[in-house]
Amino acid sequence: MKEDINEKVRANPKYQQLVKTRTAYGWFMTICMLIVYYGYIALIAFNKEFLSQKLGEGVTTIGIPIGVGVIVFTIVITGIYVRRANNEFDAVTAEIIKEVKQ
Amino acid sequence: MTRLKQVFAALALFGLAGAACAAGADLGQAEKQATNWTAIIMFALFVAGTLYITKWAAAKTKSAADFYTAGGGITGFQNGLAIAGDYMSAASFLGISAAVMASGYDGLIFAIGFLVGWPVITFLMAERLRNLGKFTFADVAGYRFRQAPIRAFAATGTLVVVAFYLIAQMVGAGQLIKLLFGLEYWMAVVIVGGLMMVYVLFGGMTATTWVQIIKAILLLCGASFMAFMVLLNYGFSPEAMFADAVRIKSEVAAAAGKSPEDAAKVGQAIMGPGSFIKDPISAISFGMALMFGTAGLPHILMRFFTVPDAKEARKSVFWATTWIGYFYILTFIIGFGAITFVLTNPTFLDAKGVLLGGGNMAAIHLANAVGGNVFLGFISAVAFATILAVVAGLTLSGASAVSHDLYATVFKQGKADSASELRVSRITTLCLGVIAVVLGIAFEKQNIAFMVSLAFAIAASANFPVLFLSVLWKDCTTRGAVIGGFIGLITAVALTVLSKSVWVDVLHNEAAIFPYASPALFSMTAGFFGIWLFSITDRSAQAAQERAAFPAQQIRSETGLGAAAASSH
Repeated sequence: MKEDINEKVRANPKYQQLVKTRTAYGWFMTICMLIVYYGYIALIAFNKEFLSQKLGEGVTTIGIPIGVGVIVFTIVITGIYVRRANNEFDAVTAEIIKEVKQ
Repeated sequence: MTRLKQVFAALALFGLAGAACAAGADLGQAEKQATNWTAIIMFALFVAGTLYITKWAAAKTKSAADFYTAGGGITGFQNGLAIAGDYMSAASFLGISAAVMASGYDGLIFAIGFLVGWPVITFLMAERLRNLGKFTFADVAGYRFRQAPIRAFAATGTLVVVAFYLIAQMVGAGQLIKLLFGLEYWMAVVIVGGLMMVYVLFGGMTATTWVQIIKAILLLCGASFMAFMVLLNYGFSPEAMFADAVRIKSEVAAAAGKSPEDAAKVGQAIMGPGSFIKDPISAISFGMALMFGTAGLPHILMRFFTVPDAKEARKSVFWATTWIGYFYILTFIIGFGAITFVLTNPTFLDAKGVLLGGGNMAAIHLANAVGGNVFLGFISAVAFATILAVVAGLTLSGASAVSHDLYATVFKQGKADSASELRVSRITTLCLGVIAVVLGIAFEKQNIAFMVSLAFAIAASANFPVLFLSVLWKDCTTRGAVIGGFIGLITAVALTVLSKSVWVDVLHNEAAIFPYASPALFSMTAGFFGIWLFSITDRSAQAAQERAAFPAQQIRSETGLGAAAASSH
């Protein structure tokens, strides 16, 4: 019975498509995050002066909005993924489950 | 003994003591802090509240599933707060604000490192963890593998990480309490150990989660209030706050004998990256430990099994990321507030101009400066409650590794009934509690700064690669996972011992053999390589079976078909 359902899921093109799309999307988002974070770290490691530049007349440096930006980016990118996964991907998953249980 | 009596007196009196006790803490007088009654009373209130919750939770904790996962009845939002609570430890609150006060911008770099692991967990792990897992991360890692070896590995990985994290928290609790409450070190350790055992023993995951949620809310409110008061003082202009901080840092440098030009440079230095990141290798390695270590911390992973389904699991990481990110922005403001409010106020400094009680007191003194003695008591109590809640989560995950992975799966080969599994986890909780207290006292005078980063490094090099490859790589086998996992673990420990934080700071050798700040770049690579090598060279029949089981595992991890339901079954 269980084997049966597994075979049906595997044979379902929607399942193949879901795994492909979601895996690719997950990796794409992961790579975005890695680029942003390690880009920031590389900037600190190789070009500290860039981040220490003053923005204007005052003391605030360009590093402050960039640093806070990394934090905000982290939250936003997580939100974007969760939104798509909880709507689009979960809807497809529900369809697949419904189809194989018929 | 008299101090113990004082605590009981405080517990008995806290209903009416109120204002009278506000006079208790008089900072700035002696090196050793006076007994801080406001803080003790606030903490007693917290304890009373959480014990009441524990009583309620105990009535609901009947099966092993209730004990490990609160019956799976936690919502994504609640779980997000609890995860954030686990993550916002006293070390990150006091440590990061202190780092910001000392060196400004570097503190922000440090905080960001702790945050960036969360999206990666969301994108690659969260729903798969929830769909495959039941009680511990070994359920996920060992889904299609031979149970005994993979469970033995997972339990080792869990217990080693928990042990280092726990010792660091216990020692932190003891040190903190001397400063905050003016009580003895050993008393703090015993109070933390005792209360933690009560929460976990009787209330299991339900109590542990709610203690964590309450504490997270209190901490977020307290930190928000402090940041608000600091910004209010500068008319909500960050530039004004930064300018004032730069001016004060310059004045301090000038007073120490620097020329006006050099002093101005020292002042402006807090607005950009300083010496925190020395070489690129250390920077990347340290970033990897933080980023991937988060995805391998057993007490965090365990929380994914407390929600009903993958949807809620994703929501919980989103909320956790949001709260943790918000919290780190607050600590950044609090650190700058500490520069402007605390560094200029002689009340908080000793004769030499050094912060009373050490650098980690930055946020605590700021609480006093912006909110008076009652708020100081509140923040002190929250800081202590934070340690309590974190050690409860750690102990619970250690106890589940022993009872669910070792006892029920390895020794009883999956035939243990829920009642005896529950009994074993309670006995383990007691043992872990006693061990934590003993180690906490034994390590009082030791330099334990390396312990939390070691815990992260091991989690990143042993637990994470095994979990990651077993879920996502078809050809991963038991042999590869177990051998590779242990290679990662041993490399992380060995390189940490050879690095400055242990070889020089603890063992007092001349120079470090391993030159970088974190072993993760090397130990994680070793772990992944080991798993890969010992998996692809595995030609046994068992390995063929395990590879053949991958599609079925993938279907469950992707769709949740057949996933462990929320409640006990």
